[in-house]
Amino acid sequence: MAELSLIDISKSFGGRQVLENVSFSVSDAEFVSIVGPSGSGKSTLFHLIGGLLEPDNGDIYLDDKRVNGKRGAISYMPQSPSLLPWRTVLENVMLGGEIIGDKNPSEAINMMAKAGLAGYEDAYPDQLSGGMKQRAAFIRSMLSPQPLMCLDEPFSALDEFTRLDMQQWLLSMWEEHRRSILFVTHNIEEALFLSDRVIVLSSGPALVKADYTIPFTRPRKESMVLSHDFLEWKKTIYQELRVMT
Amino acid sequence: MKQIKTGWRPVAAILLLLVTWEAAGRAADIPSWLLPTPSQIWLEAMAGWVDYKLHLFSTIKLTLIGFLLGSSIGITAAVCLHLLPKLRETVYPLMILSQNIPIIVLAPLLVIWFGFGILPKLIIITLVCFFPIAVATLDGFRQTSPELLHYLKMAGADKRQIFWKLEWPTALPALFSGLKISATYSVMGAVISEWLGAQRGIGVYMTLASSSFRTDRVFVAIFFIMVLCLLFFVIIITIEKRVIRWKKKGAEQHG
Repeated sequence: MAELSLIDISKSFGGRQVLENVSFSVSDAEFVSIVGPSGSGKSTLFHLIGGLLEPDNGDIYLDDKRVNGKRGAISYMPQSPSLLPWRTVLENVMLGGEIIGDKNPSEAINMMAKAGLAGYEDAYPDQLSGGMKQRAAFIRSMLSPQPLMCLDEPFSALDEFTRLDMQQWLLSMWEEHRRSILFVTHNIEEALFLSDRVIVLSSGPALVKADYTIPFTRPRKESMVLSHDFLEWKKTIYQELRVMT
Repeated sequence: MKQIKTGWRPVAAILLLLVTWEAAGRAADIPSWLLPTPSQIWLEAMAGWVDYKLHLFSTIKLTLIGFLLGSSIGITAAVCLHLLPKLRETVYPLMILSQNIPIIVLAPLLVIWFGFGILPKLIIITLVCFFPIAVATLDGFRQTSPELLHYLKMAGADKRQIFWKLEWPTALPALFSGLKISATYSVMGAVISEWLGAQRGIGVYMTLASSSFRTDRVFVAIFFIMVLCLLFFVIIITIEKRVIRWKKKGAEQHG
């Protein structure tokens, strides 16, 4: 069970309003993406949910518990893989659980095999390719015991082909281990392809501009990206974003 | 193989220097109290072993104790200053100032204050060692990657976990560069401290030799100081390679 709800969150830095009355929720086992122009306060939003910052106004609830300013309540996957270079890949993927005090090597090895990282348990991150590092980072957050996963533009640094592979892979992993996911991206296609719901943020200050439920059935195929419906959706969201600029 | 291929150049340079020295010394007939030839130094090194081996062991012991003391104080100081930024601001200039006191001047004072025992000697070695280690380690802490720090914070790591899982491993390579510098400094520190008055030690042997114009013995002492420095250096590098294995493996991969 993991339900996240943000209620009327506002945050400003030095008089500059970054978030204004942002409210939305993520239901259990739901995949929600947030798209918005850069500088729209997406990272601030994550910092608030992760507890690094406290909102000026409003409340964040995770499973009916107020988690304002509370750290360690979510499992997190950053933009860069952020693997510790002095740890082997296995030690790295267990890090999330280790911090909370819940390490499970056999499950970690199992998960690594599913991610195509079998045989790399004792390798160091330097020896992995970009895509493999991101997969390791994803497994690390999957192995963390917190039920809600927050993914912060995890594929934005990858090349196009790797990115498509990774999206497909992410979906297959997620379908097997349903978790609640909050996914931040600035790529509309990525958001549409992956999510159950897409939330559009406006910039300066950020407010929830639109909240779309994406009707495509699962499991999703890559070919879907070229379908008429998909392009229509892309247009809708693109226009929503264009209006703001 | 690679090491042999590239290693011959410095060896050749040293040999050339020795040969030139030997030849020039013989040709110009320089008296040995002024500048002995390498062969004379070598003979003295062989013949005098019984005389100076106690001195040598005493210096090794002093250096080791001093180095261990100095580096532990250096590491502790670095950790404290890193964890308490206010303390760092306050003490850092003082630390740099302490390095500007000429040891050669300070040493006799320490003898006046603490006598001829081991204490003033240890203080000198500690003073010499502690600074490179503390500064290098502090710099190492500062190289902590903001991305990794951000991840650990988001994952819910507390201050202690951030220190042990992130900051300490980040600082280790820098810490080892500090240790390498200090290892050679500590030998110098030990010898200087022995000049001031000790029963035994390379420093004592050196003073005795130079005051009795046994220049060959002075060179023997210099030789052993160099060997000791090198030896410490190699030991630290060996430990470093065992502790920081990840760096090497990564480098190999990138070839």
